[in-house]
Amino acid sequence: MKLPIYLDYAATTPVDPRVAEEMMKCLTMDGTFGNPASRSHRYGWQAEELIDIARNNIAELVNADPREIVFTSGATESNNLAIKGAAHFYSKKGKHIITAKTEHKAVLDTCRELERQGFEVTYLDVMPNGLVDLNVLEAAMRDDTVLVSIMHVNNEIGVIQDIAKIGELCRARKIVFHVDAAQSAGKTLIDLSELKVDLMSFSAHKIYGPKGIGALYVSRKPRIRLEAQMHGGGHERGFRSGTLPVHQIVGMGDAFRIAKEDMEKDTKHIEALRARLWEGVKHIEETYINGDMEHRVPGIFNVSFNFVEGESLIMALKDMAVSSGSACTSASLEPSYVLRALGLTDELAHSSIRFSIGRFTTEEEIDHVIGQVNNSIDKLREMSPLWEMFKDGIDLSTIEWEAH
Amino acid sequence: MAYSEKVIDHYENPRNVGSFDKNDPTIATGMVGAPACGDVMKLQLKISESGIIEDAKFKTYGCGSAIASSSLVTEWVKGKSIEEAQKLSNTEIAEELALPPVKIHCSILAEDAIKAAIEDYKSKK
Repeated sequence: MKLPIYLDYAATTPVDPRVAEEMMKCLTMDGTFGNPASRSHRYGWQAEELIDIARNNIAELVNADPREIVFTSGATESNNLAIKGAAHFYSKKGKHIITAKTEHKAVLDTCRELERQGFEVTYLDVMPNGLVDLNVLEAAMRDDTVLVSIMHVNNEIGVIQDIAKIGELCRARKIVFHVDAAQSAGKTLIDLSELKVDLMSFSAHKIYGPKGIGALYVSRKPRIRLEAQMHGGGHERGFRSGTLPVHQIVGMGDAFRIAKEDMEKDTKHIEALRARLWEGVKHIEETYINGDMEHRVPGIFNVSFNFVEGESLIMALKDMAVSSGSACTSASLEPSYVLRALGLTDELAHSSIRFSIGRFTTEEEIDHVIGQVNNSIDKLREMSPLWEMFKDGIDLSTIEWEAH
Repeated sequence: MAYSEKVIDHYENPRNVGSFDKNDPTIATGMVGAPACGDVMKLQLKISESGIIEDAKFKTYGCGSAIASSSLVTEWVKGKSIEEAQKLSNTEIAEELALPPVKIHCSILAEDAIKAAIEDYKSKK
């Protein structure tokens, strides 16, 4: 067993060895290193062919047309291109955008930038289970709303938003609908021939592909227009200039192909491990799962161990690589904005750990994790004044704390 | 973030974890911080009639540096008079534990905990 045990698959995944092998064929003189835009020789043609295959693989996973796939440097760039590109193109129609408070920073910060440029943005509250209330969304839609951006699967708590219904609401009002699908592609079914989604962001490195490559789905029917954010040689039909990185794209394509083939197997494997982990920790008093229990992907498992501070827990869980909802490591001392948006108390928000399980996680690893979690919680609660007060029957919300 | 060896040592082998009866007249209790900030420290001192700190215990909810700061303080104050304890500053704590800038507030909290406990002692008299 390799230590620390990697349980941070929502942050990034290792490249699948099958993918790495294909990528390595596109780098050296012996391989397909050519520029796919070179039309005058075989090096270029061969590279172009590999790009086409990769584009097909990506389109097939989400049931789209390959001509609807635009390569970018990753989901952050895809989100930027989708949101800024659509907002700018349709700004004559209106300057109102709707998103949710639990979105990834790549969406929230892009919206903030648009606010600085004169757009108005509504940041929707979510329900305590992390899902967007469709009535609240509908009520926020206005005549001048041009864009709605809602993520498919949340990166911190793993809940799945109902993008099918949200798409219907948007389409009925001719509002462009963008979905950040960085955490959902390859983990839950996406059928873009059915979904009323206009723009969808993808990342390769969340599903065993390389970092530094992603894609944006841009619907052809109805045709969605965007203002390019990167100008140059007019690659990707003018949506995104820049020489295509063949090895990265081949890696992404292969990762998406494998994701489609193995989705059922991966999901079963991960679901079983998640259940095993929960079996092993659920008896711990004052332990809560964050996010809706039904609408979720199995790989992201966010748990609050009340009265234990997240950063010290991570320090105790030294045999595993996990992440904490408590951002105490930054100077801000703010707990996760996603957990706060669910309405968690300060203690609970500061006490959360995200375990994200993936293709290469084993039962043996989960069993080791269970043991260390149990020991660490006991040790830290023994040290926690909040736990002592809780055990003495004191209601912490009645105490006047001296904030510092 | 990488922690210093001293922080890890105090975190893994915390000194003087526990509680005294806060209603005991010889026990002074200081509780500082707030769950909203991610740190709550409770420091208790057992003070003799002549004003010497005979024993100290702590409980802390917070990051590794907060736990280490409070653990260190319980060691330092033992055997000191109240006046001496009051002079302990956060910079000494931060220096001893080699706390990085983002963790300086942990040492400030530990200093505040001593002061709060001494206040409690004075108010009990």
